Amino acid sequence: MTYAPTTLEALTADAAAVMARYPSPRSALLPLLHLTQSVDGYVSPDAIAFCAETLGLTAAEVSAVATFYTQFKRQPNGRYTLGVCVTSLCAIMGGDAIFERLSEYLAVGNDQTTADGLFTLEKIECNAACDYAPVMMVNWEFFDNQTPASAVQVVDDLRAGRPVRPSRGPDQVHTFKEVSRVLAGFEDGHADEGPPAGASSLAGLRLAAPGLAAEEAAPAEPAPDGAPAEPAPEGARAADADDDQGDQNDHGDQKDQGDQNDQGDQTASGKDGGEAK
Amino acid sequence: MSALTPLLTSRWGQERAWTLDAYRRTGGYQALAKALKMDPADVLNTVKDSGLRGRGGAGFPTGVKWSFLPPPDGGPRYLVVNADESEPGTCKDIPLMMADPHSLIEGAIITSYAIGCHHAFIYLRGEVVHVYRRLLNAVSQARAAGLLGKSVGGSDFDLELTVHAGAGAYICGEETALLDSLEGRRGQPRLKPPFPAVAGLYARPTVVNNVESIASVPWIVGRGADWWKSMGTEKSTGVAIYSLSGHVQRPGQYEAQLGVTMRQLLDLAGGVRAGHQLKFWMPGGSSTPMFTPEQLDVPLDYDSVAAAGSMLGTRALQCFDETVCVVRAVSRWMEFYAHESCGKCTPCREGTFWLRSVLRRIEAGQGRPEDLQILQDIPGSIMGRAFCPLGDGAPSSLVSSLKFFRDEYVQHIELGRCPFDPAASYLFEAVTA
Repeated sequence: MTYAPTTLEALTADAAAVMARYPSPRSALLPLLHLTQSVDGYVSPDAIAFCAETLGLTAAEVSAVATFYTQFKRQPNGRYTLGVCVTSLCAIMGGDAIFERLSEYLAVGNDQTTADGLFTLEKIECNAACDYAPVMMVNWEFFDNQTPASAVQVVDDLRAGRPVRPSRGPDQVHTFKEVSRVLAGFEDGHADEGPPAGASSLAGLRLAAPGLAAEEAAPAEPAPDGAPAEPAPEGARAADADDDQGDQNDHGDQKDQGDQNDQGDQTASGKDGGEAK
Repeated sequence: MSALTPLLTSRWGQERAWTLDAYRRTGGYQALAKALKMDPADVLNTVKDSGLRGRGGAGFPTGVKWSFLPPPDGGPRYLVVNADESEPGTCKDIPLMMADPHSLIEGAIITSYAIGCHHAFIYLRGEVVHVYRRLLNAVSQARAAGLLGKSVGGSDFDLELTVHAGAGAYICGEETALLDSLEGRRGQPRLKPPFPAVAGLYARPTVVNNVESIASVPWIVGRGADWWKSMGTEKSTGVAIYSLSGHVQRPGQYEAQLGVTMRQLLDLAGGVRAGHQLKFWMPGGSSTPMFTPEQLDVPLDYDSVAAAGSMLGTRALQCFDETVCVVRAVSRWMEFYAHESCGKCTPCREGTFWLRSVLRRIEAGQGRPEDLQILQDIPGSIMGRAFCPLGDGAPSSLVSSLKFFRDEYVQHIELGRCPFDPAASYLFEAVTA
């Protein structure tokens, strides 16, 4: 290991805190890999050695786990991961066009990082925000209802050092390393930022809510007649604010998505034994 | 509007809904107080009597699952909440935990009390960092308020709760793969039996339940099994969150009694995208056979959807209008399964790879006449032969699309190209330079 003594000391203290959360130390491996990414920006050889030594595993055992999961990076990641959802629904609603536009704009392909080290572009699979399709994740924060133009705007703002606010998330996007530390289970004090929910999350509630008193939401109160009391919170209409993504004109070409070939991820994209063809 | 019955979603619009104060203002943690005064076996029986069925896809009765735990032997037993929401189209647990994390924590505490667990886990997929922030924060608040740790709520019940972030792997939604992942291994499914109830986390008796199932528990314990059973259908009791996405006017979360129809939900959502018609829809995620407008009046409960030839799954209702090429949609789902196959078993690993290859070439206009037969044959080598249900579900969309839209595949092969314009399906204006 080539970690500086102070780095190693901090890592060791954090690792002890992580291990204390579990009855068995090995359960700490995923959080520890996130933790080392918060230091190195990827799962480095040092990180493998550190995790192995800390948990009493072999380097091969740690590597086997690290290469299984897509969030663990095998080469230095950009400061910002731009993850464009291209699973069926998002792809069809426009995710393909967004990915193509970003790929062209940044001059990188899937799983590649820009020369300045700012951006890693990734095709991601369904991120559980289908009612906001097409979706882009920037360092795993939600950017809902995207267009090619709005995605390019995010890139421009991040490049210019302007704070960028996710649709549902903290006040601004944090760096890959900062977010990796949160994923290791260390709070960063931003939980109270952002809305409770976006407009689509509240779509049904907005229809059902009017006229229903907030107090009735108490689960412990028996409903008078056995029927649901249909409680609704006062802020049910707080839903509106979120629709600000103007459908700006997209200046990019809408190429016929010649997507068939570029799936061959340049980097051996880790996770699956099944890709070995 | 009467079709909608917001309970689990009822707090999501509140100001700072994620805080302990907001949760308590709307009756939060009252069900826990009630449960702690009950005998644990009575809590378990209440949930069993309610008929609550698992909301993670399989629909197994939750209370029955709890009752499979062997009698206490003095060693630990665990609750693991499956918060790895990853099935394409499924987007209900993530907003629930973002807006209302305490409802899940209260459910987890009550469930732990009922099953005699003193260390519970929430396994959250890693790609949703703000949800993780909210959960970590909520656990800290609950601990500071004496709702976790020693003497929960002043009782003699102790409980630790660890929120764990995964690192990107669809397969970890399968309960035994999730357990392996939580133990710090590659997330690959285990052979069953033994089931997790007997040998789960660290080979100890373990209950694995979906987020929405556990978040339903405080409502059931608070208001009683009979009240819960008064909603829904006889065999699919209560309320559930339906997630509409795709070509609908107002996509989003619609909580309703089980048995609501897609026609009702579509009406509530403002119908299909203006000027277009529904072509096909997925009732329960991409692993369930697709439906067409023919099935709009099928009650969306577990048994009715099964009788109609599909699965209620996670109620992930993905809608596609007439601009959508079914070959393209299915091909992209197969990309997903091939990418996410964990590689452990041959039928899924090889089957999804070859299906993807054939679908890619058909969509690219290079399909061969024999390809249709290949697409017919390979699913038979996967379904019922894969190691886990995720593999079994992988060819569902393909098989059903061949039933409803076989001509479209033939057309691709005969024309040597896709007859659809992908840009016509985009939700934004495509500008061609």
